[in-house]
Amino acid sequence: MAAPQFEVPKLTGFIDVPSIKEGATAHVKSFPASAPIQEAIGFPGSLVEDWHDKAIAKMGDLLGRYRSLRVFMDACVHCGACTDKCHYYIGTADPKNMPVARQELMRSVYRRHFTFAGKYFPSLVGAQDLTEELLQDWYKYYYQCSECRRCSVYCPYGIDTAEVTMAGREILDTVGIGQKYTNEIMGKLHRIGNNLGLPGPALEDTLLGLEEDIFDATGVPVKLPLDAEGAEVMLVTPSADFFSEPHVESLIGYAKVFHAAGIKWTLSSKASEAGNFGMFIGSYDNMRRAAMRIRDAALDLGVKRIVVGECGHAWRVAYSFWNTLTGVGHGGEDAFSKQLQQQLDPNYPAPQHICEFTYDLIQQGKLKFDKSLNDHRTITFHDSCNVARGSRMGDMPGGQFVIPREVIKAVANNFYDMQEGTINEATFCCGGGGGLLTDDLMEIRVKGALPRMEAFNNVVQDKQVNFLALICAICKAQFTKVVPYYGFDMSMIGGVHQLVATAILLEVPEETAQESVASDD
Amino acid sequence: MSLLTVLFACMFYAATALLVFGLFFKIRSYARTPAPLKIPTTPAPTTKTGVVLRMTREVTLFESLFKSNKWIWLFGYMFHAALLLVVLRHLRYFTEPVWFWVDIVQPFGIYAGFAMVAGLGGLWARRFLVDRVRYISTPSDHLILALLVAIGITGLGMKFVAHTDIIAVKEFMLGLMVFDLQPLPADPVLLVHLTLVALLMTIFPISKLLHAPGIFFSPTRNQTDDPRDRRHISAWAAKLESGASSKSEA
Repeated sequence: MAAPQFEVPKLTGFIDVPSIKEGATAHVKSFPASAPIQEAIGFPGSLVEDWHDKAIAKMGDLLGRYRSLRVFMDACVHCGACTDKCHYYIGTADPKNMPVARQELMRSVYRRHFTFAGKYFPSLVGAQDLTEELLQDWYKYYYQCSECRRCSVYCPYGIDTAEVTMAGREILDTVGIGQKYTNEIMGKLHRIGNNLGLPGPALEDTLLGLEEDIFDATGVPVKLPLDAEGAEVMLVTPSADFFSEPHVESLIGYAKVFHAAGIKWTLSSKASEAGNFGMFIGSYDNMRRAAMRIRDAALDLGVKRIVVGECGHAWRVAYSFWNTLTGVGHGGEDAFSKQLQQQLDPNYPAPQHICEFTYDLIQQGKLKFDKSLNDHRTITFHDSCNVARGSRMGDMPGGQFVIPREVIKAVANNFYDMQEGTINEATFCCGGGGGLLTDDLMEIRVKGALPRMEAFNNVVQDKQVNFLALICAICKAQFTKVVPYYGFDMSMIGGVHQLVATAILLEVPEETAQESVASDD
Repeated sequence: MSLLTVLFACMFYAATALLVFGLFFKIRSYARTPAPLKIPTTPAPTTKTGVVLRMTREVTLFESLFKSNKWIWLFGYMFHAALLLVVLRHLRYFTEPVWFWVDIVQPFGIYAGFAMVAGLGGLWARRFLVDRVRYISTPSDHLILALLVAIGITGLGMKFVAHTDIIAVKEFMLGLMVFDLQPLPADPVLLVHLTLVALLMTIFPISKLLHAPGIFFSPTRNQTDDPRDRRHISAWAAKLESGASSKSEA
């Protein structure tokens, strides 16, 4: 790994709120999207000539479409409650990373064009024109926000910076300024079906390879079926689960759970991706298009249940938005959603999270574990932001905090939570979510991870924790890359279902056992 | 009828009209703007009753602010609770006979005036003392605090320093409400107090004071967490489905 071009924060044992340093990350800017990348997802290829008027018109359009944006533009009183809540502010000290200041980049323009006070007394209320310089600030700072919504927990009016960031990015995309990383991935998803651009045959090969690996390790013929029509469950998981470490360990875990429970399941080559970067850029159209692929696959394969793998924002989109976007869920009275409802089994929530799925099986006593197989691990759990603050598991508020922890405790003996105020709804983001998981933003990723690293380091020191359990593909990719900067080993990072995979007891079929004895001779 | 009386009467009619119509149009625009996606900040209530309870805790206890920052909560709560008592106390100038509970509120309302100014002082001090809050403060943030403090001090001034002819003020107010103008005493402290109140009413619908109605429309706080059980779809989003009741063309 190349030496970092920036100063890596030192761990102190405390999460300190820094004094402001203006412009501290004004130089951190992700690579812009090229024309083909932009055009592939329906945006202009480069900055359009009448960008100013088009941007203001788009802002007006969004203000008319999203109550969140309209209310949030008016309701802020600059009280300061959010100023010390953002992990990027804590890590960088750049005041424009304070949620209120990030929102103000847009609010100042909103005031100028859409309010009486801003039109007639701009300097009094902090209204300003959208200059090219300000537009560049939007591009920088709206891509230094992971849309983790921590600030929205603490705002007395529930103002959600993620909504403002999404609107900012959507306006930028509309005038031709896009981010390479996010928009390229959206294009790949539409074209090929997953974020990594894996074609069907490559996927099939990978799954066969994994089946062999599992058989070699356990002697159990665990299957990872692809496009199996008539399966009960379709699993949709982040495509990183097929190739990246440690993600693939969780995929093995899901497969073992399905095998042990005897439930027929399948992956889909058409819907081989759970991630939906359309949310990151606030694009309802792109988000809907990405979600429709999954609905179509479910209809094609005739499955009765849809289960989502370990991916944070995918779970938010699935849990909170799929029903709206595509009718995957219950209670739709329209023909559009009824079609799928006739097929889906009403006894299960649609969609269901893999942790909910495994937890239910554990409750029913359908899975057997040897917890001591995880005794070499002392585990802590990171609540991923989109799961913690944007979605739910189970049927009670806060189920998303309880269920993954219960799964971990069912498969392992040594579990410790990180300190209060850094977990559950107060969780700190990994620093790489929301379209920031790109090497050109490494500085903001490392610095943004600071509060999480402090809390993690404290349990490493006090409880000898050596495993950070995750349920998000972005968290996994971010942490494996970032923890070495803080002096930790990347092997400390892994999935919740990796722990399940380690402890689960599978019955070795008699014939297989005999075969392996025979082959030993 | 003195020119002063007519002037202040007109001022209050204008301020009231701007407040009422301004708020009406703002609230209408919030209510009419669709909320196309379910975005409650979780853990969120799963029932409507739960949402009502959550919102009640927010507006009566400032629950989220309490979680955020104890100083802002303390000063903010002090100011708002005191303001409420002060406003209730002032009902005696607008009602005849005075409701019994307004009588009970009187002593609390009087001392709440001090708490109100103290709370505002604390909030204002933060705008100078905390570098992060200093960075985000605009001139209007300071001016609104100045306006509220000045209203509080002139009010306290009339109670504790230079009494005004409160009987006459009440007659003026009661008359104002039935379009029967009664003379307003030409007491400078009173005139400043009333002018500032009218100014506050005027800027309410065009300033950050919109946080008061805004909170009730905040989707992160007022939505039910039930997206898997109930389909939630806005009119503009439903249009995307026209002709797409079967599979998409992906």
